[in-house]
Amino acid sequence: MHEAAVHPHAPPQGFLRTHVFSVDHKVIGKQYLDLALVAVCTGMVLSWLMRLHLAWPTAAIPGLDKLSPNGAAGGVITPEYYLSLMTMHGTIMVFFVLTTAPFAGFGNYFLPLQVGAEDMAFPRINMTSFWVTLVAFLVLISSFFVADGPALSGWTAYAPLSAVGKDAGPGQGLGQTLWAISIAIFCVAQLLGALNFIATTLDLRTKGMSLARMPFSTWAWFITAVIGLIAFAVLMPACILLILDRVAGTSFFIPSGLVISDRLQPHSGGSPLLWQHLFWFFGHPEVYIAILPGFGIISHILPVFARKPLLGPRAMIGCLIAIAFLSYTVWGHHMFLSGMNPFSATLFSVPTLIITIPATIVTLLWIGTIYGAKLRFTTPALFCLGFVSVFVSGGISGFFLAQPSIDTYLHGTYFVVGHFHFVMGVAAMFGIFAGTYFWFPKMFGRMMNETLGKWHFWLTFIGVYCVFMPMHYLGLAGNVRRYSAFTDDYLKPLIPLHRFITIAALFTGAAQLIFLFNLIRSRFRGPKAPDNPWEATTLEWATTSPPPFDNFGGKPPVVQRGPNEYGVAGAGGADYLMQAAPEPAPAR
Amino acid sequence: MTTVASPPRSPPPHLPPSAHRPTATGGPEPKPAETGVWVAIATISMSFAALTSAMVVRASGAPDWQHFRLPPILYVNTLVLIASSLTLASARRRITPASALDGLPRLYVTLGLGLLFVTGQVLAWRQLATQGLFLATSPSSAFFYVFTALHGLHVLGGLAGLLYVLRRLRRVVPVPMTALGAATLYWHFMDVLWLYLLVILIIRV
Amino acid sequence: MGKLFAVVLTIITVVATAIFVMRVWWLPADISVHGPWIDHQLMETMLSSGILFVVSQLALALFVWKSGDRREGRKIKIFPGGAVPMVVLATVLVGAEILALTFVGSKVWASIYQTPPDPNSLAIDVQAEQFAFYFRYPGADGKFGGIHPELMNEASQNFFGLDPAHDTAARDDIVVPTLAIPVNRPVLLTLRAKDVNHAFYVPELRIQQDFVPGLVIPLHFTATQPGKYELVCTQLCGLGHYNMRAYVEVMPQEQFDQWLKQQAAQQ
Ligand code: HEM
Ligand SMILES: [Cu+2]
Ligand SMILES: [Cu+2]
Repeated sequence: MHEAAVHPHAPPQGFLRTHVFSVDHKVIGKQYLDLALVAVCTGMVLSWLMRLHLAWPTAAIPGLDKLSPNGAAGGVITPEYYLSLMTMHGTIMVFFVLTTAPFAGFGNYFLPLQVGAEDMAFPRINMTSFWVTLVAFLVLISSFFVADGPALSGWTAYAPLSAVGKDAGPGQGLGQTLWAISIAIFCVAQLLGALNFIATTLDLRTKGMSLARMPFSTWAWFITAVIGLIAFAVLMPACILLILDRVAGTSFFIPSGLVISDRLQPHSGGSPLLWQHLFWFFGHPEVYIAILPGFGIISHILPVFARKPLLGPRAMIGCLIAIAFLSYTVWGHHMFLSGMNPFSATLFSVPTLIITIPATIVTLLWIGTIYGAKLRFTTPALFCLGFVSVFVSGGISGFFLAQPSIDTYLHGTYFVVGHFHFVMGVAAMFGIFAGTYFWFPKMFGRMMNETLGKWHFWLTFIGVYCVFMPMHYLGLAGNVRRYSAFTDDYLKPLIPLHRFITIAALFTGAAQLIFLFNLIRSRFRGPKAPDNPWEATTLEWATTSPPPFDNFGGKPPVVQRGPNEYGVAGAGGADYLMQAAPEPAPAR
Repeated sequence: MTTVASPPRSPPPHLPPSAHRPTATGGPEPKPAETGVWVAIATISMSFAALTSAMVVRASGAPDWQHFRLPPILYVNTLVLIASSLTLASARRRITPASALDGLPRLYVTLGLGLLFVTGQVLAWRQLATQGLFLATSPSSAFFYVFTALHGLHVLGGLAGLLYVLRRLRRVVPVPMTALGAATLYWHFMDVLWLYLLVILIIRV
Repeated sequence: MGKLFAVVLTIITVVATAIFVMRVWWLPADISVHGPWIDHQLMETMLSSGILFVVSQLALALFVWKSGDRREGRKIKIFPGGAVPMVVLATVLVGAEILALTFVGSKVWASIYQTPPDPNSLAIDVQAEQFAFYFRYPGADGKFGGIHPELMNEASQNFFGLDPAHDTAARDDIVVPTLAIPVNRPVLLTLRAKDVNHAFYVPELRIQQDFVPGLVIPLHFTATQPGKYELVCTQLCGLGHYNMRAYVEVMPQEQFDQWLKQQAAQQ
């Protein structure tokens, strides 16, 4: 104890400080991942309920009336409850899964390790950031238990529906206010997180870790942090204005002369389009916040299992930066038909199409990396390959939606749902899966089960194509999204396809139980992991599994080379060179 | 029951990381605290830029935009805030790594002026309220309250930061110059931000 | 495992593409003057990005198939030429592609949304509310009456907030829940929202546009096929969103005149 008191890096004592209110970036990273796991399970169950309702609108779901006596009397989901489920699904998935897991979760754990630091730059701010995120999540979830149900205006919360309050119908009372408060709190947390990521990357790199030698995942987290810093800084004031409109009687987003439920609303002069601009100025970069860490993770993992360097490492980083930059110029592509000046549609369409160039290059670099590789087909490698495939599938539909003239037909249909689920939902989830299978041994000192992992991959890979590909067909047929039932004459013939999607979604969902089981079992029962089980080059593999409290046991590594040294002559006949390994003796 | 061991008090378990970390490829000693403040400045600027553009959009062609005279006390507050920046700058000049004693009185003055500024802003709100201008009265008053409240919150944050630095200045040797520098930088930024807000409020409101 | 991946991916690609090519699910036949341009643009995009889709997926499948080769002493191979030609190729190909698409596409868009309406258009005022559409024809005087939100009332069916007592132009306004339009005649709609956002979407007309409270948004088109079509709301507006619809009836001019007279008599 006394020794510990004088050593500056004494690990903290006591359960609370080591596992709960810990300032250790590794603990915080795991906390984020656990939160994301809870969130993704919630979001997935919500999507099952939605899919069930869409396929069999009158079916009673046992027990659901316990959760919401109004929204699901007798277990049958009402139209408003469907929309609430949808809103919560989207919000939970986008904010609490796709932002927390690949960025805050893996980033927190591995960014300091990969740059050879002992911790984040501001450990306490880091801890605060997690707990604030948790509060935001709890506030959001609490809206399930308010009288008229959670918000129903979608994850985009378009004003004035989201701003006028109770008159607009169920879900627009307290539930919507809680939604806005939750998101505002979430923004604060993410800003604190981004601040830490940036300062750590800039200032705490170990000796020899120049920017050019940073691993691709570090680059991606760093760039994502910069995007987040700007995006969340805009969403937060927007949410504050929305809250004021709802509770303080201001009129930022509510125009005059609105008559809702036969009541003339006491507001004047506000602009609904202002909300859309603010929201999408955040919203489009947000989809890159969700996917760029995935880019980084794939670029990091693919060479490990291809046993050859990533093709075009500089081009890769250049593309990431270009995408980040362009992501701030395209928000209007969500608003082609919103009533904004139609001339600006063309202005927003051009950068949107231009973004496809770096996105195509990135994809080709991955495919080119696989060319002539000696692939090791581990589970993380399979998820990398799956990522490339679903990203291509999702990216292609972007060509359609980026053009105002085609969006005229496809906007507001399931084509959009199919597009963003592939490119943002599934691709980002594949990135998370790849990262989990890859880094699990480092985080817990145990290997995950490969057989279960492969089953998980195959069922998921085939499943997501069965779920989301048909949504494009629905969209072409003009099937409107955000509908709780399809009662229009022209939509009725599409119901069988909806049933197919629902069944596929339930199967795919069930396949995730394999993952969950594997995750929990391996945490306690998995075989012990060596320090560097995948023969990777980066610094996180140069320490023990799991790493000690100060990451490198008081001996910070000194970096000799970049992260891309695969397929070279390494020490002892190995085909790779670790970043911190001394120059190998020349072969005799 | 387990008792939770309280962390050792002194020296603190987490020294500023820059104190003992290997640095990146030579170059000047990195100062994460200062980098952090620069990053914070960027994001706060972005927030207020977003609010500014919201105001411009909302004001354009809105028949309900009501112009009003800013409460005169704002100009006094401005002088107070500028003065606080000056005292802080001069305090910092008197503090060396060896001792902070010379600068402490001026730091207290800075804290006092900061509090005075916040009080003055609250008085400005009350002046407006007596004129019947509340948050929901007109979009112009709404933006006025939002801008001043958000800026005020950030100033309070700056005060908390200064207090924290002050505590460390009195206890720790060598004096944590980086932390002081970071807090100073943030405080000056509050100044600049307020001048910017004052100008757009004068123009628009 | 590599071969399995390649086979599965190839099957997915072929099946997905075949369903597109066979048009198992497809757009309904177009009934508008501008629709063929949109369909053409859609086909161009379908073709070029379809090729990109198939080629990338199959290249992925092929490389994965080959890279599973476990023969002793096989060396890794670097992509011929490295990254530079690939970057250049992608930039040039995709660049040319998007240039072409933008060049034609922006003209299509402009011709629908950025051209002034035909001066002889039939003007119809449209009010969207939770959860219905109402249509207003100006009546014999050719003028619309003024709108007074405080007079809007569901019970008295004053959906537009008209004030016939004081406003002569409002007296002969015809308000109906169905959009009837003459075939081959340009129509100019003015879209208003009473409460929240809604949207106007008729798949057969290849047109979609949001209603935004506080804005009056013009929308014009010409229908070419008589018939009865569904108009649906595509902007989330509340619990009845899925059920918010109206019919569009396209009819010959004479029949339309007849219809209008009938409606006027019933007001
Ligand atoms: C288990 C797999 C999933 C299924 C079956 C599923 C299904 C659905 C369905 C049925 C909708 C509603 C579509 C509508 O009515 O318009 C929806 C909306 C949405 N989903 Fe998913 N989803 C899944 C996973 C995800 C993931 C991983 C994400 C993360 C990006 C995500 C993000 C969203 C978003 C943002 C919306 C839009 C919500 C809104 O309209 O406001 N989903 N999803
Ligand atoms: Cu976007
Ligand atoms: Cu609707």
